[in-house]
Amino acid sequence: MNISDKIFKFFGGIKPEGHKQISTRNPIKRLPLPKELIIPIRQHVGKMPNIVVKIGDRVLKGQILAEPVANMSAATHASTSGYVKEIKPMNIPHPSGLPDQCIVIETDGKDEWIRLKKIDIENISLSNLLEKLKHSGVVGLGGATFPSHIKLNANRIQTLIVNAAECEPYITCDDMAMQEMTQDFVDGVNLIMHILNIPKTIIGIEDNKPQAISKLNSVLDSSKNIHLKIIPTVYPSGDEKRLIYLMLGVKIPKEKRPTELGIQVFNVATLISIARFINYGEPVISRVVTVTGALGQPNNYQALIGTPIQQLIKDAGGDPSQEVIMGGPMMGFKLPHTDVGVTKAMNCLLAVTDEMKSKASTEMPCIRCTKCVEVCPAQLQPQELYWHAKSKQFEKLTDDYKLFDCIECGCCSYVCPSNIPLVQYYRYAKSEIREQAKSSEIADIARDRNEFRLFRLEREKKERAERNAQRRAQVSDEDKKKLIEEKKVAIEAAMKRVEENEE
Amino acid sequence: MIEAILITLSITILIGLVLGYASIKLKTTGDPIVDKIDKILPQTQCGQCGYPGCKPYATAIANGEADINQCPPGGDDGIHKLADLLGVEYKPLNAEHGEPKPKSVAIIDESTCIGCTLCIQACPVDAIVGAAKQMHTIIEKECTGCELCLPPCPVDCIDMQVIPETTENWKWKYPIYKIEQQN
Repeated sequence: MNISDKIFKFFGGIKPEGHKQISTRNPIKRLPLPKELIIPIRQHVGKMPNIVVKIGDRVLKGQILAEPVANMSAATHASTSGYVKEIKPMNIPHPSGLPDQCIVIETDGKDEWIRLKKIDIENISLSNLLEKLKHSGVVGLGGATFPSHIKLNANRIQTLIVNAAECEPYITCDDMAMQEMTQDFVDGVNLIMHILNIPKTIIGIEDNKPQAISKLNSVLDSSKNIHLKIIPTVYPSGDEKRLIYLMLGVKIPKEKRPTELGIQVFNVATLISIARFINYGEPVISRVVTVTGALGQPNNYQALIGTPIQQLIKDAGGDPSQEVIMGGPMMGFKLPHTDVGVTKAMNCLLAVTDEMKSKASTEMPCIRCTKCVEVCPAQLQPQELYWHAKSKQFEKLTDDYKLFDCIECGCCSYVCPSNIPLVQYYRYAKSEIREQAKSSEIADIARDRNEFRLFRLEREKKERAERNAQRRAQVSDEDKKKLIEEKKVAIEAAMKRVEENEE
Repeated sequence: MIEAILITLSITILIGLVLGYASIKLKTTGDPIVDKIDKILPQTQCGQCGYPGCKPYATAIANGEADINQCPPGGDDGIHKLADLLGVEYKPLNAEHGEPKPKSVAIIDESTCIGCTLCIQACPVDAIVGAAKQMHTIIEKECTGCELCLPPCPVDCIDMQVIPETTENWKWKYPIYKIEQQN
């Protein structure tokens, strides 16, 4: 099968300074075992898993701390052996700064594994494998943390696309992982192709990673239909829809998923963790994190999930009081607290540079230059979105300007000469619109329940009236007289008793 | 002469038949404007507007008997929407009818509840489960936070609890930047 080498350029995009070299000079580093690990229970999109350990329990490395409760859920594991010290809401790396349920593990330094069982991929049914994956804690490690077993529950996939673009400045964790864990990565690709019966794979990688490219070229066997496609460095080529277009020239229609068109996309780190789970039985207990920015020695770390990020920052030559962004400079968010642990979503910790600070502080009015229109990869009208979000005209945003097609890539904010934080306006508008939709749903239920109650009361009234009428009709006149007589006798008897008593 | 009368008469009868048919076949059930207003109202069914529920209030607005600013749970947004729909001027919320409160749900202190069923009868959305002399409890998901169950409770065992902000219901805030003065 021949895959054309043509690269389909998408509309818009920007070419920011990469800043990638600063964190790729040294190999991936490991920190000594931290004294305590802060592991948030929910590190994925979906339902909160069910905690299965108690305070004081001894847990082993790789032991399940919380079980998935529904299909849209994933397990959370202990990243080393030790004791469960606390289970309580604590700070998590989330833009809200709100706490969520966490487990604190006091490590015992032994780093003792549970018994790991590799999976016999040739002799396992797909449903069994998916069930196992659900308990493996494998989620999309590109940052979206979508449970992987759901993505593997697809059929008729024609093309597997590996997202190795890593288009956001500063982030280098996938680059380093491909260089150092090449075999696991290729195993992951082969396993997914085997599981889903996919005939061909294209790895999309930006041309700013020459080392990873040459390493992959040396191991990849093109007869197996795994192709490496080197794409120019344009942000946001790593966005799923942009990448699919770059690779295949296919545009995914609105409200359709790539799987419906026979395409599945996996990120590098996710493939590595799938390979490690199937080949060695290892659940997700660590990930590669890029620690970079305004620090002494930026580096990549193979960090255990739950490692306090302050230790990483300190080791990279930073100051724990520094402002830190989780994710990249384009799509990341400022961490409200730095007393949090590493999570599966944490691909990068970026210490804020002075340049970023100066940009954030001066917002000026929109001058309608439409520079943002030229770079918007979703081909929206960012300036109109901004006006309507600012004036809270939400209906126009969804109906006329397709706000929900916005991928929040930040290209518009990057080029804005007035330094307007455009994406923040879109995020605000999106969450308001979602909230309104939810409350109108709740209101509809309340209306139905109220209407049914009024109907029920009416019905009960009618039924009671009918019952009374029926009873009255059944009793004949003689019976009525008799009843009255009986009552009279009873009353007289009672009066007599009272009189006797008084005497 | 007679022909003219006949023609006019037949036209009259024909039109009459068409109109008569249309009035039966194309009849609108209910008042569409009432439904539109009702759609905007929050369906708390709390009666703070002075009417026994959202639908009666919507009807009163449609009939011009009630003002658009009597619904505290709907808040400012609700008044703006009503004003837009009806083409009238926006008015601030009438304080006589109460103030907007954060969204809450009722919680029954189950150890104090005596099982009198009075709250069950008061709940406009049947969100309280229980039987005589049995403990009652509230289906939190269905509770609109109308507070109508509070006054009838003889032992004061119902409390309103504000729904806390969690990572699940958290919303991105409107971007606000502090203006720093340059020295």
